[in-house]
Amino acid sequence: MARMSADLTEDDIPVSQLEASSRRMNMIEAINDALDIMLSHDPSVIVMGEDVGYFGGVFRATAGLQAKYGKTRVFDTPISECGIIGAAVGMGAYGLRPVPEIQFADYIYPGIDQLISEAARLRYRSAGEFIAPLTVRSPFGGGIFGGQTHSQSPEAIFTHVAGLKTVIPATPRDAKGLLIAAIEDNDPVIFFEPKRIYNGPFSGYYDKPVEPWKNHPDSEVPEGYYRIPLGKARVARSGDAMTILTYGTMVHVAQAVCQAKGVDAEILDLRTLVPLDVEAVENSVQKTGKCLVVHEATRTSGFGAELAALVQERCFYHLEAPVERVTGFDTPYPHSLEWAYFPGPVRIGDAIDKLLEA
Amino acid sequence: MARAAKSTKKPAPSRAAQDSNAQDLDFVLHSLQEEHEKTGRYGASVEEMLHFYEQMLLIRRFEEKAGQLYGLGLIGGFCHLYIGQEAVAVGLQSALTDGLDSVITGYRDHGHMLAYGIDPKAIMAELTGRQAGISHGKGGSMHMFSSEHKFYGGHGIVGAQVSLGGGLAMAHKYREDGGFCLAYFGDGAANQGQVYETFNMASLWNLPIVFVIENNGYAMGTAVKRGSAETEFHRRGTAFRIPGMDVNGMDVLEVRGAAEIAFKHVRDGKGPVLMELNTYRYRGHSMSDPAKYRTREEVQDVREHKDPIEGLKKLLLEQGQTEEDLKAIDKRIRAVVTEAADFSESSPEPAPAELYTDVLVGEY
Repeated sequence: MARMSADLTEDDIPVSQLEASSRRMNMIEAINDALDIMLSHDPSVIVMGEDVGYFGGVFRATAGLQAKYGKTRVFDTPISECGIIGAAVGMGAYGLRPVPEIQFADYIYPGIDQLISEAARLRYRSAGEFIAPLTVRSPFGGGIFGGQTHSQSPEAIFTHVAGLKTVIPATPRDAKGLLIAAIEDNDPVIFFEPKRIYNGPFSGYYDKPVEPWKNHPDSEVPEGYYRIPLGKARVARSGDAMTILTYGTMVHVAQAVCQAKGVDAEILDLRTLVPLDVEAVENSVQKTGKCLVVHEATRTSGFGAELAALVQERCFYHLEAPVERVTGFDTPYPHSLEWAYFPGPVRIGDAIDKLLEA
Repeated sequence: MARAAKSTKKPAPSRAAQDSNAQDLDFVLHSLQEEHEKTGRYGASVEEMLHFYEQMLLIRRFEEKAGQLYGLGLIGGFCHLYIGQEAVAVGLQSALTDGLDSVITGYRDHGHMLAYGIDPKAIMAELTGRQAGISHGKGGSMHMFSSEHKFYGGHGIVGAQVSLGGGLAMAHKYREDGGFCLAYFGDGAANQGQVYETFNMASLWNLPIVFVIENNGYAMGTAVKRGSAETEFHRRGTAFRIPGMDVNGMDVLEVRGAAEIAFKHVRDGKGPVLMELNTYRYRGHSMSDPAKYRTREEVQDVREHKDPIEGLKKLLLEQGQTEEDLKAIDKRIRAVVTEAADFSESSPEPAPAELYTDVLVGEY
């Protein structure tokens, strides 16, 4: 498919263009818009999954698409995660671009066999003869009282597998541009959507009213087709005091903490974990000399461990303090103690203080 | 899917109603088997029989040579030989439309590649892990592919290829290209859960797919009756309203005869078929298997009385071919296999830089 415009990065979108042809969306609407555009532009794109068709998806991300594109393009599947992903790999090998939805990231495990042994490996073991260009969309993360089977952040399982790409948007604008790039990508992409911020950015204060996306500048989503390239981090906040490496929901929590404390930190929204924008990480940490990693997933062997290792390998002589990590605890995701588990403003604030004092 | 959606409403009565025997709601489930029992063997010409003979002999001699190369340490790791099962791949694949219909199978895949007429040199060089191998040596024995023939591999995880086969069938249907998918798996893989997820989807959406269970009697070292509650594998589609066929996989003409019936059913848009091909592997599961779970007498009995190559040879002699004619074929095949083995030993290994190629499409 011919590109209709060049890849966009944060700085590339002229403000005038944004004002001229954009509209406010929440993250669900932005994802729906991306799927709509890809379905209309490329007949090889197929949307499939449990309740994505007639029902429009449990989070409404595929609402209206079956009515618009028909049951051949957008269809419901049985509750068979392994079968769904396996079928998508076969369809991809045959030249289609399936976009299966796994209703919750917690349900992806029956499909792990297909993702790891087939999707990620098909290209390597066929010496490039066949590819698996599927994009597995899946809501992930906590903050909705989902308990241990509707709240997990399993991204590190996938970043550990060579042959997969892992993408996690943090804003409606990114969600749309990254999803389009993911669908057009010829590699299998795991596209995790932080469900806590589907309807609005999250400050980390669960007892405060949810702020809708429409008050946030990044809910201004360009109309039509655009891509945000995989592997480019976004500077969510520029600053000098320290670098905060994070993604998804935690970008907004970190921003809220910095604002509340008046800390001049640089917050990098990684956007894609594989491929990772190593250059952006390196440049920022070398500038600030301090690094805090924040993610919601459990700590041990989490993606933060990889980031901490990369930073010490590449920025050791610039570091003025050990790399700090604020993460979920090494427990199953709890139901009643959700906000003790969640790496919220207090724990992030403490880590920031520690780095500031170092 | 538009057409499939119609069949999802009330699949059983609507399919049965298409039939003359509308009273028998399960007609579709046994009709193909009945037809197969009625028509029996495929009426092959002498030329076709000679072709089947040559293909089966190529698989056998190739596999014997692969076993030798393994013993010499030239093939490492895993190597699953197809000796004894030759009639299955040859009989079924001879009825495909090459370049239109797709095939996918498990790890015992050498025979399926050879049945396509793919260069034995590229296959043997894959077994020895050389750059000239069909997957540049990076796939190995279990992971070989051919886009030219729509052969989608070669998969090492037991049963995982069946789900991919479902996807290939969906893609055939979506593209409306008239092709179908032939998805092989074994009696052991038949106990994997994802196989039944795919059965359900294939029947629900009326997908063009033929599921083939190559029942060679043993899931590695576990005899069928020790690992399967229902050992009549052709019945396993019944719960999903997929018609089954019970086929003698040791007779290439019977396999081809059954293929004609099954493939026509699928090509006519009547949905999936499940074929059980009863066969036997003479060697162990892999090269490291001493096969102590069965007796020598059992193997010897199959070799003497049911061997697919000997069976066809007898037919050819009855049809006027001479021992000398058939010996000349064997001699030619042995030369091809020797050439493949020499090639696979002398070709260079992949350069170290190959380690990082074809991981992701984009550079990373």
